[in-house]
Amino acid sequence: MTVKLKPVDAVIVGMGWAGSIMARELTRAGLHVVGLERGPLRRPSEDFTLPGIRDELRYAVRQELFADTSTETLTFRHARGEEALPIRRWGAFTPGTGLGGAGSHWNGMHWRYLPYDLNPRRHIQERYGRGAIAPEMTIGDFGIEWSEIEPYYGRFEKLCGVSGKAGNIGGRIIAGGNPFEGARGGEFPNAPLERTSAGELFVDAAQTLGFRPFPLPASNASSAYTNPEGARLGACTYCGHCERFGCETNAKASPNTTLVPALLAEQRFTLRSGAWVSQILYDRHARKARGVAYTDTASGETYEQPADLVIVAGYVFTNTKLLLTSGIGRPYDPASGKGAVGRNYAYQTGGGVQVFLKDAALNPFIGAGALGTNIDEFNGDNFDHGGLGFFGGATIGVTSGGGRPIGYHPVPPGTPRWGGAWKQAAHDWYGRTLSIGASGASYAHRDNYLDLDPTYRDALGQPLLRMTFNFRENDRKLAAYATEVTKKIAAAMPGVAAIAPANPRGDFHVVPYQSTHNTGGTIMGADPHSSVVNRYSQSWDADNLFVLGASVFPQNTSYNPTGTVGALAYWAADAITRRWLKSPVALA
Amino acid sequence: MPHEEPSGGIDRRDLLAGAGLLAAISLAPPVQAQPVAPAAPLRDEAWLALNPGEAALLGALVDRLIPADALGPSASEAGVVVFIDRQLAGAWGAGARLYRSGPFRRGKAEQGYQLPLTPREYFSAGLAALDPWARGRFGAPLERLSGEQCDAALHALEKGEADLGGIDPRGFFEALLAITVEGFFADPLYGGNRGKAGWKLLGYPGLPATYAQAVKTRKGRPYAQAPHSIEDFL
Repeated sequence: MTVKLKPVDAVIVGMGWAGSIMARELTRAGLHVVGLERGPLRRPSEDFTLPGIRDELRYAVRQELFADTSTETLTFRHARGEEALPIRRWGAFTPGTGLGGAGSHWNGMHWRYLPYDLNPRRHIQERYGRGAIAPEMTIGDFGIEWSEIEPYYGRFEKLCGVSGKAGNIGGRIIAGGNPFEGARGGEFPNAPLERTSAGELFVDAAQTLGFRPFPLPASNASSAYTNPEGARLGACTYCGHCERFGCETNAKASPNTTLVPALLAEQRFTLRSGAWVSQILYDRHARKARGVAYTDTASGETYEQPADLVIVAGYVFTNTKLLLTSGIGRPYDPASGKGAVGRNYAYQTGGGVQVFLKDAALNPFIGAGALGTNIDEFNGDNFDHGGLGFFGGATIGVTSGGGRPIGYHPVPPGTPRWGGAWKQAAHDWYGRTLSIGASGASYAHRDNYLDLDPTYRDALGQPLLRMTFNFRENDRKLAAYATEVTKKIAAAMPGVAAIAPANPRGDFHVVPYQSTHNTGGTIMGADPHSSVVNRYSQSWDADNLFVLGASVFPQNTSYNPTGTVGALAYWAADAITRRWLKSPVALA
Repeated sequence: MPHEEPSGGIDRRDLLAGAGLLAAISLAPPVQAQPVAPAAPLRDEAWLALNPGEAALLGALVDRLIPADALGPSASEAGVVVFIDRQLAGAWGAGARLYRSGPFRRGKAEQGYQLPLTPREYFSAGLAALDPWARGRFGAPLERLSGEQCDAALHALEKGEADLGGIDPRGFFEALLAITVEGFFADPLYGGNRGKAGWKLLGYPGLPATYAQAVKTRKGRPYAQAPHSIEDFL
């Protein structure tokens, strides 16, 4: 029997970055808030401790901190008409779970989007003509201007103590930073991390070619830092265990370290872990969300949590599935192009090279998740796309994330994959290899989308979400172009023994890890027929329902999404606390 | 109906105590590494999941994937068969974190693993199919073949030129190579990487708590420290 709980002012689904930020802002505004988190609690001082946290097998290979695919996963197919089959174990991407979400085990790459990335459709049409965008490329605009979102980017950076070097403060270009970034209000909270040998080789080669390398913005604190919430971050130890691991020094910003302590000290906030939300309670007639239904994963008991304000802040797949299973909005139909929920699912593409150096001592185990050096000459629309046959770009650089041995033991092209020759090559090249990576945008396509699977079910008996996706011509051309750039940079390095370029983009494969930068499904836009939320993340179908996270991105850019997820959460929180609480109506 | 607090509710004070932010604690690296036990011969192992025949067969296969040479011990000498046995006996081997609902259909390679078997069942089925195939092809069980013949068998699996019944030979080869690499390079806590043989092969120093100084002082120069494992820090 479902237990009906006392109504609260607001209920939040998912306590990752977006949910934690919103919870903090709503309680600050005086609301009583319940935060529902499906996974377990994650307490860094208990759960992320030395020496066990340095266990590559447990965390990186056996996926300790990720969402448990035995209870829920996705099904996948390349195209309509094919049969989708379940992703039985995570591979290409690794969604998180638990308090802090994937923010507890990310790398900490903390980018701002380029101003272009906010409204690429408008920009491309202005620069290349109204017919430049093919009809099947269904990219859209956030509808937010750079000057509007910039302060929220700054706020999120201060929360996380981001290490970096500004390239543009108030329109003034600053040497050493990213000259292509949007004008920022001020310098980063922390100085850049110390560059590794591999990073210095990249800087020299890129500068030889006339490019302007800059430190990748890192939520890995270069020095101890106290954030505006009073949370203390330690200095990064360059241990090389960020992605897929928790951080024992609290140098890697996570919701758990930067926000949760302040949130839990707040009497108006209640956190429930092990709370798997199965439905948004939706009053179709009144066009209101009435709360959520959830199952306690420890007892199996079901609950209804009524609330005046419902915030859906799960991962991309959770958000999209919840709207579909709750019957909110019109599901997207690729045949007609009508409907919005599930539309514009996007991913990322990329390329790059491995570079084998004759004489080097790179110590690849020294690193940090976001310890990188990049160039943006080939990102966004920073270069002329005339005649290239694709739009969007790639951020190109060298990241020293930590050469952990199960996952990283490079051998030159042509080496056998096993046996004595492999063993010799693994010995010879571990310390003399670096990768120049190109992380590329993936633009929305009419036939890439999410809907409910007709066959497979989750542990609660609900349909799995079905992903229909493949790389498109835009992705393939972009990846090939970016890989050529990385080859040129590699060739400018001293003492190159071999260069191994990434294979051309084939069909999307769910097994090899690529990127956990899935986007779309509940996208932001100006048209209720083709988008799910307005520019304040407010549902077109219920004025008291807001959807947060990368599911609102109309397409994906080259950058890691977290910086924009956080900025958009602060932006939406401001719209709610300053406007919606006074007048709970449509904000756009 | 009375309002109730769900059992998933937690005590705020527990979390506050747990989530207290500690400044970075520098854990000093140990003065010296623990002495390393010599690799034990396989016949001395008590198996948790494998039967003796499976263990012998795996030993023969993994020692062709990572042979003994001047650089160091073979995979089995480094404990890789013990590692595989423990992995198959544990939660991962029993299918933890594996979506196991049907229907089970053969999909495209890009859709990933689609069999109903747990890893333990999969390795057992693959090894069982390997033996009759090898006897048919080479006239003897795999563990009695010469090194060259064993390599030929592995190449045949890798190229998909072997009949393992319902098991795709390429998939089985990739699973075998993956778990061998895992066992050779994972922390010795799991039974493989004995004597940190895998880490020494690469020059991987294990897990010192901090490289905050080394990132500055070791630019372009080898770090050159003996590796430390999780156990060394206890």
